[in-house]
Amino acid sequence: MKLITAIVKPFKLDDVKDALKAAGVQGITVSEVRGFGRQGGHTETYRGAEYKIDFVPKARLEIVVADDAVDGVVDAIKAAASTGKIGDGKIWVTGVDRIIRIRTGEEGHDAV
Amino acid sequence: MESGNITWVLISAALVLFMTPGLAFFYGGMDRNRNVLNMLLMNFYCVLVIPVLWVAVGYSLSQTPFDNDFIGGFDSFFLKDITVAGDGMTLAVVAFLGMFAAITPALISGAVADRMKFSAWAIFVPVWSLLVYVPVFKWVYGGWLADRGSIDFAGGTAIHVNAGIAALAAVMVLGKRKSSPTPPHSMPLVMIGTGILWFGWFGFNAGSALAANGAAAQAFMNTFLAAAAAGLAWILIEWLRDGHPTNLGAASGIVSGLVAITPAAGYVSGPAPILIGLVAGAVCCYAVRLKHKFGYDDALDVVGVHFVGGLVGSLLIGFFANPDFFEGAFMEGIFYGGGAELLLEQAIANGATIVWSFVLTYGIMVVLKKTIGVRVSEESEAAGLDLAEHGETAYNG
Repeated sequence: MKLITAIVKPFKLDDVKDALKAAGVQGITVSEVRGFGRQGGHTETYRGAEYKIDFVPKARLEIVVADDAVDGVVDAIKAAASTGKIGDGKIWVTGVDRIIRIRTGEEGHDAV
Repeated sequence: MESGNITWVLISAALVLFMTPGLAFFYGGMDRNRNVLNMLLMNFYCVLVIPVLWVAVGYSLSQTPFDNDFIGGFDSFFLKDITVAGDGMTLAVVAFLGMFAAITPALISGAVADRMKFSAWAIFVPVWSLLVYVPVFKWVYGGWLADRGSIDFAGGTAIHVNAGIAALAAVMVLGKRKSSPTPPHSMPLVMIGTGILWFGWFGFNAGSALAANGAAAQAFMNTFLAAAAAGLAWILIEWLRDGHPTNLGAASGIVSGLVAITPAAGYVSGPAPILIGLVAGAVCCYAVRLKHKFGYDDALDVVGVHFVGGLVGSLLIGFFANPDFFEGAFMEGIFYGGGAELLLEQAIANGATIVWSFVLTYGIMVVLKKTIGVRVSEESEAAGLDLAEHGETAYNG
């Protein structure tokens, strides 16, 4: 089992969700996060004074999938989240030691 | 006719009361999200403590007896001898003026935002009201400044210049905020506050005619026009200079126009309110940048908007005052056949107010600093005053 974490542009979240559903993913967890990467921030002007806004709003998705589903899910996110412009985000994959479904107590593959 | 007058004064009093929550939202939206409740209570506290103080001693000390040019007397403490006999107008005026007394120290809260101890504010407000607001009010309305010939329809000098320069003195003692300023935490709150202020300001200015008459109608129209013109001037300058017309620019322009027309509302007519608004919006749009140049931390621009706007409006009376139009007993402005005499008296009235208010406010703040302290701890300042000073947070769930 793998944990796929993706940071995407917030306005692309719906497209990514639809692509993941189409790819057969049964559940995702989404958080509203802020951060900066190569895109950097932007400036806002209030009463003529400039404020540098370093942290840009992003959406973070977390999905746990079986090993053989990883490539399909990564490709789906990559395609749906891409605008070709700086700030499109990142996807990373990490190993998961254990997974439990709380209601039934099922573990491992059955709990994904 | 008397029932019409008292009706208008009572409605105006309620309108002026509504300005304090309006000001609280205007400031609170500009403030950071962990200090917004502190800002709201600094404002609401003024409508808790000042009405009591005003009825107890403030009204009497600023109004009676009229044969003294510097301070009133004790004759009307706790509304002694003020009755509802006749039309009850005196009582209505006490209430109306009490609302003015309440909002004046509230104006200062925007400058000291993000760092002043609430206990220090709680003492500052009534002390400042008695030592600064009450005497200046007496000088301007029935004291030596009025006798010399200066005029102030609804409180440009007595309220905005007075509170504006006090804000400068207060932040000079208080010092700068530890962390760098942040953008407004809620611009929609700022815009709601601006709308409430504009609405309430019709009572502030048109109510100051103290009658339902033509001067009230002209003051109403002037309040409408000056705010619009000043907001327009501010966003046009921003658009050309910074590339975007902003909501905060529109709000700041509207308030600067309202401030500037306040002293002039019942003395000018025709195109004058538009010109006063345009000048005030343009001047204040640049004046809010002075703090960056001179290094005082006036958090929400009380000096740039209220002091500068009030001064601009009060001095422009020297050009635009039109006694023939109002059949009034005041001097003509330069554009209406007068000499520079009225302008000179306006300058003297504002100069005297500036000196008195700055020196006394500075003194009050130094005494507070040396006794109970005026600043919250660095830890509280970083964590936010809402939790540290009030045990509340604004946005939960």
